[in-house]
Amino acid sequence: MNVGYLYSLLAVIVLGLIAYAGVEAAGLQWLFGILIPYLGLTIFIAGFVYRVMDWAKSAVPFRIPTTCGQQKSLPWFTPNRIDNPATTLGVIVRMFFEILLFRSLFRNTRVEIRGERLSYKWVIWLWLFALMFHYSFLIVVIRHLRFFLEPVPWVITLLEKADGVLQVGLPILYISGVTLLLGATLLLLRRVLIPRINYISLAADYFPLLLIIGIAITGIMMRYFTKVDVLKVKELTMGLATFHPAIPEGGISGLFYVHLFFVSILLAYIPFSKLMHMGGVFLSPTRNLANNNRRIRHINPWNHPVKVHTYEEYEDEFREKMIEAGLPVEKE
Amino acid sequence: MNDRGKIIAGLIIFFAVFTFPFWYNHGAASSVPEPKLTDKAKAAKTCVADTQFMRTEHMKLLDAWRDTVVREGGRVYTNENGKEFMASLSNTCMDCHSNKTEFCDRCHNYVSSDPYCWDCHTYPKEEK
Ligand code: HEC
Ligand code: HEC
Ligand code: HEC
Ligand code: HEM
Repeated sequence: MNVGYLYSLLAVIVLGLIAYAGVEAAGLQWLFGILIPYLGLTIFIAGFVYRVMDWAKSAVPFRIPTTCGQQKSLPWFTPNRIDNPATTLGVIVRMFFEILLFRSLFRNTRVEIRGERLSYKWVIWLWLFALMFHYSFLIVVIRHLRFFLEPVPWVITLLEKADGVLQVGLPILYISGVTLLLGATLLLLRRVLIPRINYISLAADYFPLLLIIGIAITGIMMRYFTKVDVLKVKELTMGLATFHPAIPEGGISGLFYVHLFFVSILLAYIPFSKLMHMGGVFLSPTRNLANNNRRIRHINPWNHPVKVHTYEEYEDEFREKMIEAGLPVEKE
Repeated sequence: MNDRGKIIAGLIIFFAVFTFPFWYNHGAASSVPEPKLTDKAKAAKTCVADTQFMRTEHMKLLDAWRDTVVREGGRVYTNENGKEFMASLSNTCMDCHSNKTEFCDRCHNYVSSDPYCWDCHTYPKEEK
C-alpha cells in the first residue's frame, strides 16, 4: 500500500498547527508574518535562478524534439508545421499551445487489455483537471495582488468583477476559488484512487497538492466563514511590499498566519521539487527546439579539437609507396 | 551551442514579474484609511452590532437582512442589546453613514471591493 499521502497529509497538518500555535500561543507574529514570508520569497527566487542557470549550462548539441507529425521534407509531402516544427515560428506556436493549453496532456491515452486485445483510449480528464487547476491558481494569485498594490490597478478590479459575475452571496463568491479547490482535490483523488497512478506516486507528489489544498481551504475559510480583518491584512502585506514590515496593532486571526505560512512553505519548496516545471516547461528540449537536424549542422560544443588525418593527407604521405604496391591513388 | 543568452533574458522577466509589487509601490509606505463617522453616527455611539463584528462581517449582516426582508418579509432586526432597527440598506445604514465616499468607499477602495448594491439601492447625496 502506498502511504505517501498519509505522510504528506500529516506534514501539512503539522505545519498548519505550528503556525497556528506559533501565533496564537507563542505570539510569534513577527516570525510567521514577516521573517518567514521574506525568507520564503528569497529562497524561491534564488533557488529558481540557481536551478535555471544550472539547466542553462547544459549544452544543446543536437535537436531532440519529440515529433508528432510529418517532418518537413520533399515539397510534395505536407509537413506538420506545429507538431514537427522546422522553423522558430513553428516552435513558438508549439510552445504557446504547450504552455497555455497543455497540448501534450490533451493527447493523454489509457492503455488497457480488453479481452484479448490491447486498446488505447483517449482520456481527457487529466487535461481538464490540470487546466482548471492551473488557471484558477493563476487567477487567484493575480486577484491577491490587491493586497500588495496601492492603488489597486483597474485590471485587478475588473478581474474581481469577472470572477464574481455569479453575484452569489456576500462577500461575493469567486468562481476561481471554488475551481481551485475542486481542481486540486480531483488531481489528488486521481493519485489516491486510481491504482496504477497510486503505485507510482510518491510523497513528493502528494505534498504539493495537499499544501495547495491547505492554502485554498484556509483562504476560503477566511473569506466566507471565520472572516479576517482585510484592512489589517493589507496593512501587513503593504508593509512587506514596501520594505516597512510591521505587525498591525490589534492582530489578525491565527488562520491568516496559517495561510501565509503555507504560502511561504510553498514558495520555498518550489525550487527543490517537481513544481520547478513552472520554469522547466520553457526549457524542455523535447518541445522548444526546431526539428532541423537534417538541414542545419549542429556542432557538439564539448567536442575536443580532434587531430584528424584526412585521406588526402594520407595519400600525400604514402603516394609513392602506394603506387609501388600497385594500389589505386586519386592524384598521380 | 547553448541558449544561455535567451535563458538569462527569461530569468530577468521572471524576476521582474515576481518582484513587481516592490517596483510598483516604490517602497513608499501607504496609510491605512480611517473611515469617517458622521455627526449622526457619533451621536448614536454604537453601530447596529459590535464594532469589530461590523468591521469584518457587515457584508454578511447585509446578506442576512436582504434574505429576511425579501424572502421572509421580516423588516425588523433586533441586535444583541435588544435594540430594534429597520433592516434596510439605504434607510438604516446610509442614514447614520450618510457619507458613503468617506466611510464605505474609503475602506472599499483600499481593498479593491466595489459592491454592486448601488446599481439599485440609493445613498444620500453628499455636499462637497
Ligand atoms: C472598516 C472598513 C469598511 C467600512 C467602513 C465598510 N466596509 Fe464594506 N467591506 C469592507 C471589507 C474589508 C470588505 C471585504 C472585501 C473583500 O474581502 O473582498 C467589505 C465588503 C463589503 C460588501 C461585500 C462586497 C462584495 O462584493 O463582496 C458589501 C456589500 C459592503 N462591504 C457594504 C458596505 C457598506 C454599505 C458600507 C457603508 C455603510 C461599508 N461596507 C463600509 C470594509 C469596510
Ligand atoms: C445608529 C447609527 C448607525 C447605524 C444605523 C449603522 N451604523 Fe455602522 N457605525 C455606527 C457607529 C457609531 C460606528 C462606530 C462604532 C465605534 O467606533 O465603535 C459604526 C461603525 C461601523 C463600521 C466599522 C467602521 C470601523 O471603523 O471599523 C462598519 C463597517 C459599519 N458601521 C457599517 C454599517 C452598516 C453596513 C450598517 C447597516 C447594516 C450600519 N453600519 C448601520 C453607527 C451606525
Ligand atoms: C437588481 C437590483 C438590486 C441590487 C443590485 C441589490 N438589491 Fe438589494 N434589494 C433590491 C430590491 C428590489 C429589494 C426589495 C426592496 C423592498 O422590498 O423594500 C432589495 C432589498 C434589500 C434589502 C432589504 C430592504 C432594504 O430596504 O434595504 C437589503 C438589506 C438589501 N437589498 C441589500 C443589498 C445589498 C447589500 C446589495 C449589494 C450586495 C444589494 N441589495 C443589491 C434590489 C437590489
Ligand atoms: C503572501 C501571499 C498571500 C496572502 C497574504 C494571502 C491572503 C489571503 C487573505 C487575507 C484571504 C481572505 C480574503 C478575503 O477575506 O477577502 C485569502 C483568500 C484566499 N487565498 Fe490567499 N493569500 C496569499 C497567497 C495565496 C496563494 C498563493 C493562493 C493560491 C493557492 C491563495 C489562495 C487563496 C484562496 C483560494 C482564497 C479564498 C478567496 C479567494 O478565492 O480569493 N492565497 N488569501
